Amino acid sequence: MEPPAPRRAQRSPLPTRAVPSSAASTAIEWRSVSKHFGATIALEDVDLGVRRGEVVALLGANGAGKSTLAKIASGVLRPDSGAVTISGRPVALTSPRVAREAGVAVVHQRTDQLGAPGVDIAHNLVLDQLCGGGHGWLARPSRIRARAAAIAAEIGLQLDLGADFTSLGPAHRQLVAIARAVAADASLLLLDEPTASLSASEALTLFSVIDRLRSRGVGVLYISHRMADIGRIADRFVVLRNGRIAGEQVRPFDFKLAIRQMIGRDVETASEPRRRGAIVVGVEGLRLTRASAPFDLEIAAGEIVAVVGALGSGKSRFLRTLYGLEPIVAGKMSLSGAPWRPRSPAEAVANGVFLAGEDRWATSLMPAATPASDIAGTIALPHRKAWFPRGVVDVARERKAALGAIEALRIRCRGPSDSLEQLSGGNQQKVVLGRWRAAPSRLLLLDEPFQGVDIGARRDLIESLRSSRAEGATLVAVSDVEEALECADRVAVMRNHTVVATHEVDRSGVDAIVSALSAIEDSSASELRL
Amino acid sequence: MSAEAKAGTAPPARRVAAAAWGRGLRRHALFIVLALLVALFQSREPTFLSLNNLFSVLQSVAVVALLGVGVTVTLAVDGFDLSVGSIAAFSLMLSSYAMVVLSFNATTTVALALAAGALIGLANGLLIVALRIPDLLATLGMMFLLAGLQLIPTGGRSITTGVVLPDGAIARGVFDPNFLLIGRYKLWGLAPLPVVLVAIVALATWFLMERTRWGRVFYAVGGNETAAHYAGAPTKLYRVSAYVISGVFGALGGVFIAARIGRGDVFAGSSLLLDSVAAALIGFAVLDRGHANVFGTVAGAIFVGVLLNGLTMLNVPYYTQDFVKGAVLVGALALTFGIGARR
Repeated sequence: MEPPAPRRAQRSPLPTRAVPSSAASTAIEWRSVSKHFGATIALEDVDLGVRRGEVVALLGANGAGKSTLAKIASGVLRPDSGAVTISGRPVALTSPRVAREAGVAVVHQRTDQLGAPGVDIAHNLVLDQLCGGGHGWLARPSRIRARAAAIAAEIGLQLDLGADFTSLGPAHRQLVAIARAVAADASLLLLDEPTASLSASEALTLFSVIDRLRSRGVGVLYISHRMADIGRIADRFVVLRNGRIAGEQVRPFDFKLAIRQMIGRDVETASEPRRRGAIVVGVEGLRLTRASAPFDLEIAAGEIVAVVGALGSGKSRFLRTLYGLEPIVAGKMSLSGAPWRPRSPAEAVANGVFLAGEDRWATSLMPAATPASDIAGTIALPHRKAWFPRGVVDVARERKAALGAIEALRIRCRGPSDSLEQLSGGNQQKVVLGRWRAAPSRLLLLDEPFQGVDIGARRDLIESLRSSRAEGATLVAVSDVEEALECADRVAVMRNHTVVATHEVDRSGVDAIVSALSAIEDSSASELRL
Repeated sequence: MSAEAKAGTAPPARRVAAAAWGRGLRRHALFIVLALLVALFQSREPTFLSLNNLFSVLQSVAVVALLGVGVTVTLAVDGFDLSVGSIAAFSLMLSSYAMVVLSFNATTTVALALAAGALIGLANGLLIVALRIPDLLATLGMMFLLAGLQLIPTGGRSITTGVVLPDGAIARGVFDPNFLLIGRYKLWGLAPLPVVLVAIVALATWFLMERTRWGRVFYAVGGNETAAHYAGAPTKLYRVSAYVISGVFGALGGVFIAARIGRGDVFAGSSLLLDSVAAALIGFAVLDRGHANVFGTVAGAIFVGVLLNGLTMLNVPYYTQDFVKGAVLVGALALTFGIGARR
């Protein structure tokens, strides 16, 4: 862990109290901004300012209005009323391009929107200049390369610039997008859940970049639900609830108060006695790649095991192997005592092995234009074969299952026919979990289920996992140790495509944190090209 | 944002009502325009709404609708079968060749044509799934391949009894009268058999796509193939099946044309592709569905048929037909993607 002391010295010398009004020191300021969607209030009379050289964190639960504020700042949405000023000048942010030219740089939450697929990383880094026009001579390959290399060097990004953008994982996509935003020479950088898919060491890289920007006089609006990140990086934070500002704090922060303001209730640390049943999943001498070491792991009925490791440590590959998406290189797997060699997800689903993949929009959800891509259809998709063996779909049955999930997981929506794009990230993830809760599972595999999920929704997800876990075994892959400790009975630390240690999460949990953390820091330092 | 804070200020009731009206108008735009057109044509030409004329409209659009339904299934898996028109033309030539040159009977000929359609569809599907050629390119290639292939056995001549083959032989076979009945028989002396058969096929496909779990998977494969695969669907099988269905429908359409005109006309299938694709795309706007759907495709084909029939009755010149079709298509697409479309 990095001590906070040295960074304080770098902090902006500006006073950290009161909403700024002086034109010179203000990066962006919203005055009584409101936005309604039909009868729904997304933002109501919000006053918020970010000074140059200041990092302001924006906290809020599902549907609190964070994303709406981000979209207004980036010119995607226009407010119904209220005024925006940038560097003291009133502006009308009518489009993303206008916002960018006004000095607002945005890094989005959805990783598939962070860049242009099919184009190499170098071009992605200079995309804004290419799209923005006015740099007619820039489009020479050698100059693009040189400019891209300079942009990458700015934040210490070491990637093969000729590689295709789609070859990057979510974390590297995010870093490319941040590098791009930094290059735009913005007065305000807006980061939407930037550490959601980053490992601890990648997050450190990000924080050092933010520090650099702060000392350069860039204002940063940092949307996150991770208290640890906010404690490290923010000068001030603002809590949104139901579209209104519910609280604001400067250092030293009182996070308990902030959580209360965010969700209107205290966070209780649940830790009930464990009941462990028969072994459901056994892994013996399993090798995920030809170069990696074999490992063993057993998961019992009613047990939740979290696999923790840095990006590229093999967590996803392990889950995908159990789900029939990757071949077994060597070793044996068993399910309820019988050998388990799935050849396809279809075989896995038929045997009660379910996987909710990483990055829900890539692996679980359908765009809204697809028929039956509403909540009910999303939940029913993998179960229709079992539910409707004769083929004819009974819509009432699908609705009933969806209503059950909505109630059990407290999904905020108008009903089962809401499209997923209308929901906030946390509620989308609840639908994904609801899908795999709609039928009894023997093994439930969850890959980064808390990605882009706020704290209130995370608690609901974990509660659902823990309350119904007696039914089967659960394996969760996360890169965040806090998340692992919150949801799991046992933590398996993964490194170089092998499980190096397991820790029981009980009274000695603190020890587990420390060792698991250090293992991750070690592995990420050695594995990641950062 | 989620639907919270219901206590907030609701928009004025008048605006809500206006929005509901706008939605209703968008949903039924095609039918409203159709009703207006029918009223106009009927007022100018009293025989327009006679049963005979209505069935002649349906007869004229039956093959286009059938091919459009095939294209719809491929659009559902986010593909696009550009070869469907060529498959129909190929099937037309193949069935003519089978009877006139090889002296096959009706049953064998139809079976041969449908099998050929299925095989071509399978080839399309395998090019796309196994060789990973993009849908448009694979079927474009198949389109050219078939358009050329159908000319080779007869040296580019149309097929009728007595045609001279490239090797100098003279074809002595004739069209089986039973085969001709497929295109010319009228049920109850009124409804052409192709219209009835296309209606049955379209209804069955509509049921498959809208009411069964298999239909849901077709659309899921088109929406997000990875997600469908992760949810346990054999996505490649569905993708290939879509092209096989499209191929069989295309071949059936070719049989209908052959049975109607009674000769292997080299140019008979030339406008089929664009007309059937247009029907499928107009179908996006029907009931404001915003995606390919069987009902919309059939409605789109009928809409174009009624329009052209009415205009012909009003003595609008034949050569304006393509312009009219294009205008309808652009209007329907504007309705689907532009005017007040949902976000």
